[in-house]
Amino acid sequence: MSETSQLTADPAVPRAAGRAAPRIQLSRYRDLSLLPVIFVLGVIGFIVSPAFLTSDNLIGVLQQTSELSLLVLGEAMILICGRMDLSLESTIGVAPVVAMWLVMPSSGSATYHGIGVLPGWMSIPACLAVGLLIGGFNGFMILKLRVNGFIVTLGMLTMLRGLQDGISQGKSIVEVPGSFSYLGKASWLGAPAAVWICLVLFAVGGLALGYLRHGRALYAIGGNTEAARAAGIRVDRITWIVLALGGLLAAFAGVLYVGHYGAVSSTQGDGWIFQVFAATVIGGVSLNGGRGTLFGALTGVIALQLVVNVTTLGGVPPLWDKFLYGAIIIVALIISRFASGEKQD
Amino acid sequence: MTNGTNDHAPPPAVHAEGVVKRFGPTVALDGVGITVAAGDSHALVGRNGAGKSTLVSVLTGLHVPDAGRVSFQGEPAPAAGDTAAWQSKVACVYQKSMVVPDLTVAENLFLGRLGRGRIRWSALRAQAADLLAEYGVDVDPAARAGDLTVEQGQFVEIARALSFGARFIILDEPTAQLDAAGIERLFTRLRELQRQGVAFLFISHHLQEVYDLCSTVTVYRDARHVLTAPVAELGKAELVAAMTGEDAGGQAAAGWHAKAVRDGGGEPVLRAEGLALDGLYEPIDLAVRAGEVVGLAGATASGNTALGETLVGLRKATAGRTLVAGRPVRPGSVPHALGAGIGYVPEDRHRQGLVLGRSVAENATLSVTDQLGPYGTVLPSKTREFAQRMIASLDIKTSGPGQPVSDLSGGNQQKVVIARALAREPRVLVAIRPTAGVDVKSKDSLLSVVRGVAERGDAAVIVSDELDDLRVCDRVVALFHGRVIAEFGSGWTDRDLVSAMEGLPTGGGKGAEE
Repeated sequence: MSETSQLTADPAVPRAAGRAAPRIQLSRYRDLSLLPVIFVLGVIGFIVSPAFLTSDNLIGVLQQTSELSLLVLGEAMILICGRMDLSLESTIGVAPVVAMWLVMPSSGSATYHGIGVLPGWMSIPACLAVGLLIGGFNGFMILKLRVNGFIVTLGMLTMLRGLQDGISQGKSIVEVPGSFSYLGKASWLGAPAAVWICLVLFAVGGLALGYLRHGRALYAIGGNTEAARAAGIRVDRITWIVLALGGLLAAFAGVLYVGHYGAVSSTQGDGWIFQVFAATVIGGVSLNGGRGTLFGALTGVIALQLVVNVTTLGGVPPLWDKFLYGAIIIVALIISRFASGEKQD
Repeated sequence: MTNGTNDHAPPPAVHAEGVVKRFGPTVALDGVGITVAAGDSHALVGRNGAGKSTLVSVLTGLHVPDAGRVSFQGEPAPAAGDTAAWQSKVACVYQKSMVVPDLTVAENLFLGRLGRGRIRWSALRAQAADLLAEYGVDVDPAARAGDLTVEQGQFVEIARALSFGARFIILDEPTAQLDAAGIERLFTRLRELQRQGVAFLFISHHLQEVYDLCSTVTVYRDARHVLTAPVAELGKAELVAAMTGEDAGGQAAAGWHAKAVRDGGGEPVLRAEGLALDGLYEPIDLAVRAGEVVGLAGATASGNTALGETLVGLRKATAGRTLVAGRPVRPGSVPHALGAGIGYVPEDRHRQGLVLGRSVAENATLSVTDQLGPYGTVLPSKTREFAQRMIASLDIKTSGPGQPVSDLSGGNQQKVVIARALAREPRVLVAIRPTAGVDVKSKDSLLSVVRGVAERGDAAVIVSDELDDLRVCDRVVALFHGRVIAEFGSGWTDRDLVSAMEGLPTGGGKGAEE
């Protein structure tokens, strides 16, 4: 027994070896790996068109990025904790439509008639609540009924798109309350408010994932759910919150989108989920969960939008956009497969 | 070593000799042999790590031995990878059915040999029905394989193996999930097949079954062949002694054991009252006092792991309750168990213990994130500091707190898991197989850490079937098939404990000696 107790002795003495000069760890800089890509894209853009490096163009790119980036923010968190949500692209459309339906008067000069049960200033809270509800419902299906998340959210994607068509009668809603369109339209300090808002949300999200216990828990849950549960993390509760947050962010992206374009478009968000996944995966978030950062995801969206912008300026017809997105996803998958040695299935 | 007796008998169903198999530095089989005569039912017994499963892999062609040779019915074993040839020689029926659950029984029977061209369903079903009838298996060939009972599934697999022409079948723990009547039916069927000349290699943790069914027994220990003898000539006590190693047992008895329990230890820190989980274990009362390490011994399906997992809140008991220091713990909730002061070292560190891609620091602090900063924050500096302290106190060999835990050796990974369990300074530490897959040196230090918990006045529970783990316990409760079969103070002998874990009543060993 005497030899067995020595290990617990002197717990406070730090081991000298632990202080050895830190090795440079490449993995720590993986998040920054897209920065050179963005730089190269900038140089190419500059060569391709003089219009690229103008503030109008760059601000335009950022504004277009802002709505997509909020979906990416939500999806990145959901992927990090090991789940996926395809329905985000429909939430961005259906949440504003439901909000409009609730606040628009049932009669009057407007081309769209809702049921008018809520005052106009309630439109944004209503829209966000709808997003939260959708995310919460996804969580209920996935965590309580234990249905496959891919299929549930695929079903929700279609169902919500249909709900939007039904409520809006398949038309765009052009009259929206001023409070609703303000955020997407306004400009603060020379840049669109939406851009600032996105930056702040990404910063808040990044800090939460890096420095809050519940944020750190996402990595544990996504990396090994069983281990997280055994360590006392409330896996289901946290996953549920993350799924609800994803819906909330998508609804908020809808608010910015409506303000940006001045109307609730009937095809708002249609097909975006592919770009969302492309951006998150390019940004280094693992589809298997437990790996990736929000900063990486943000650089992913920006890189993706720059590619599109540069090719547009370069005269590539927009009909090729889809081809490009697809090609980018494929190339990104191949690169990340070999860069990380991890299977992306 | 045992051949030579069958010169004028038909060649043995299987004969292996000098088989060596290494996995990296580990020697899984060290020059072992086995000979199963045609029509014999031969038992292979040994404790975990004795090399039984590796031998099964070698005999079924899954692993190529590094040395030695295997022959079936006098002919050398087929080439590695020639699945069809192997299937015509030998088959293994595992505990868990290997059939494809969503296909019909008929398809499963003819999987991989459906022939070319169009599948003629009616012909296939008729063929399957003939096959099943030939071996007396009463199963509808059109039934979905997943709907079969465990017993029916095993019969289907046996029939399938025989239809390939195999005359040698390995049964790996076939009775673990059967009730008494099912076991009886299985044995009856096996005896019938034996009369038809089919040989069996029977692997079981239930020694009584060896005596009921088998005529010959081979014992392996620590990757070596110990003995082969007719069952009738080998007493139960001798059999258990061969499994544990009499010499080793004597040494261990002379070596270190936990000191006898200090009685009057006062309030139990952890108490289970009538705790039960349907289908896994029956109501169990357990009290662990401060300063005490209690072992829950038991083989794989004994329910000891499930009991451990219930104590820590991973499973929800169907009856009874758990109390820590006299206060009930909310059942089925790990956070509440943690809060009540139960620390947990999970069974499988890869599955339940570690988030392999993340750092040592993150893994070590997974359950104390609420103590690493104000307002729910987790400050990297505090995390590092905390992890550094853990690394120092448990002597974890790592390049630093930031190193991914997947880069560590097994022993050091396990130390990280233990570090996390200790991080909250638990009143009771529940460790399930804490030394599985670690080297001898780490084993000692891991166990001394567990012992240290008791020494500083808290309590610990070790759930294990490893004698070395259980040796540090003040008291060992042995479980078998969900029931407490025996309880030992610290002076137990390897033989007594092993017989208890293998389902022989405590007196059984002594009775057979007389």
